[in-house]
Amino acid sequence: MAGRTQPLGAIRWLGSGAAALVLALVPGTLAAVFLRAESTGAITASDWAAIRFTLIQAALSAAISVVLAVPLARALARRSFAGRRFLIALMGAPFILPVIVAVLGLLAIFGRNGLLNAALGALGLPAISIYGLPGVLLAHVFFNLPLATRLLLQGWAAIPAEHFRLASSLGFTPRHIFRWLELPMLRATLPGAFMVIFLICLTSFAVVLALGGGPRATTIELAIYQAFRFEFDLGKAAKLAALQFLVGAIAAAIALRFGRNALFGSGLDRTIERHDATGRITMLADAAIIITAAGFLLTPLLAIAVSGLQGIFALPATVWHSVMRSLLVALGATALTLALSLPLALLIATSRAHTPAISAVEAIGYLSLAASPLVIGTGLFIILFPLADPVALALPLTALVNAIMSLPFALRVLTPAIRDAEAAFGPLADSLGLFGRDRLRLFLLPRIRAPIGFTAGLAAALSMGDLGVIALFSAPGSATLPLQIYRLRAAYRVEDAAAAALLLLILSFALFWLFDKGGRTNART
Amino acid sequence: MLELEDLQIRQGDFALSADLKVPAGARVAVIGPSGSGKSTLLGAIAGFIVPESGRILWGGEPITPLLPAERPVSILFQENNLFPHLTAAQNIGLGLRADLKLNAGERDRIEQAMKRTGLEGLGLRRPADLSGGQQSRVALARAFLRNKPLMLLDEPFAALGPALKREMLSLLGEIAGENGNTVLMVTHDPDDARLFADLVVMVDEGKAHPPAPAAEILTNPPEALRRYLGEQ
Repeated sequence: MAGRTQPLGAIRWLGSGAAALVLALVPGTLAAVFLRAESTGAITASDWAAIRFTLIQAALSAAISVVLAVPLARALARRSFAGRRFLIALMGAPFILPVIVAVLGLLAIFGRNGLLNAALGALGLPAISIYGLPGVLLAHVFFNLPLATRLLLQGWAAIPAEHFRLASSLGFTPRHIFRWLELPMLRATLPGAFMVIFLICLTSFAVVLALGGGPRATTIELAIYQAFRFEFDLGKAAKLAALQFLVGAIAAAIALRFGRNALFGSGLDRTIERHDATGRITMLADAAIIITAAGFLLTPLLAIAVSGLQGIFALPATVWHSVMRSLLVALGATALTLALSLPLALLIATSRAHTPAISAVEAIGYLSLAASPLVIGTGLFIILFPLADPVALALPLTALVNAIMSLPFALRVLTPAIRDAEAAFGPLADSLGLFGRDRLRLFLLPRIRAPIGFTAGLAAALSMGDLGVIALFSAPGSATLPLQIYRLRAAYRVEDAAAAALLLLILSFALFWLFDKGGRTNART
Repeated sequence: MLELEDLQIRQGDFALSADLKVPAGARVAVIGPSGSGKSTLLGAIAGFIVPESGRILWGGEPITPLLPAERPVSILFQENNLFPHLTAAQNIGLGLRADLKLNAGERDRIEQAMKRTGLEGLGLRRPADLSGGQQSRVALARAFLRNKPLMLLDEPFAALGPALKREMLSLLGEIAGENGNTVLMVTHDPDDARLFADLVVMVDEGKAHPPAPAAEILTNPPEALRRYLGEQ
């Protein structure tokens, strides 16, 4: 390709504006926290405990998710049954499932007054408690087992069908197939899946807020929240923020190395044609694995649906007000996500030479993978405090931080879509002289309508369900729906909490569905 | 006249040289084994590939410094010649104005071009709702409207059946004849060359040979071409 012109002309420099804003918001806020902190002090024993717990829970969560995903993905890869498509689609849902909803659902099954303890009690067995590490692991596995399974399914789908045919013509047993086909694939796929989940669990806040806590189950994120919200010790918050950023940056660098393509994938619909594994025992085992996994993933949500349904129309007005606030935040975050990610993705994807500057812009786009929303929130609070009342700005700030956190996912979707469009139709557009705004209007934007819709859906749902930075700022009158649910739960208003959680679940998925559908309707490909 | 002066193209391990002249108004078939560099040659003339050295001239003027859209060239690719999200009329209209802000006169010209290429009444359809032959007609109609002196065809009709392909070649011939265009067409098929071309450029072993009269070279092929065509 001729390297003499940039097809978008001056428009591409909008992308550097977006990159500058991200730089101001991610490292910039971290710097603000530092400058404001009078003395950060040394790393104390409780800091070490928080670091240790953060790493241990993330490593265990990732290990358990990945190990359980191997038999599940294998069963799904080699069986075809009614509902298989649905189940695999469902595995994508936790990504946009609000954490607080899942936590309430898990508590309805595994909590103190949950179904499991009721069953144990009926059998005369002692009750179990999941608060602390077990609860954190349970919730993280609930969220990440499906992700790990999808990643491994991609691995299975990437093994050429001919290899399985060859294996069966050579008379391979399932053990041989594992040894010669599946194990090499797993060796290539598992480290990436592990690192991605490790990274996600490293910055998990809402799960630990709801199920962890106490000196033995406090992560760095939770410690930042406590230092900021209860002790108002900015020095301590700054020190913890730096630790979190350091740990996150290291993990993100490793994850990006191993898991480049690990976040979204396609080609999951194909069942692998297998002539082995037809024995009765392996079939029964696969069925048991699939049914158990589906039960583990579906019963908490069903519990929320059942217990929330009757209360949903009797919810107090405060909850409906928080619904309005959440919708506004979600729509604002969606607009901001697109405003940041589209210029960035266009700049990255239409640059014909891969210069160091472009690589830097790309890295900036992924910065927030390592950042913590609470660190950004704390920094914004410090920057804005002399200028305005940050509490009054709680909702716009939440939308902004949500948008920054959605940015890596948005870039992951939009950048390859723009690259594909340029690869297929770029020469045609060049030969017709479609440059600048015309190229955007007549060629690129219409070509990437569906990915834009998908991105908007992700951003809206992620923001709708987010319980993070809002917890830092919110005054009693400015709670979003997830925070309101957390408060209802803390006040033991279990039925209202369940009803509000069901409402949040419906709204999050409805937002995603609407945007995604809107992008695909009438989109000609 | 199109002149390729000591043209050297290098892409990784692949190298192609060309030093030849094509008279204005000629119809040239570019023939050669796959991977020999036929598409590369067209890509360099169209401005998608920057040659390592040498010059490309049209009518005595060097066009090598120009962008693809500024060159006196219309090109039809193997695929992706139409934007799927635009209608047939819009796809054709892009040949007149890249911003599609068309006035009544321009819309009228699109209408005429569609009539000329047998697309009457299909202007509002999108490519997915057109047959393969109709899609080719839309691309030809756009090239007809752009009316650039040089038309480059990189096997755009390869996916069509033999009858439809002949139809497109004869439509192409008529259009190029009316506008007085020079045509360079990549093809695998010696029958295409017999049917359409008066000159043949053979591309083989890293070299694009000067054009030779089609009738002569196809009935009495030199060694390289005989190797490619096989004994017949």
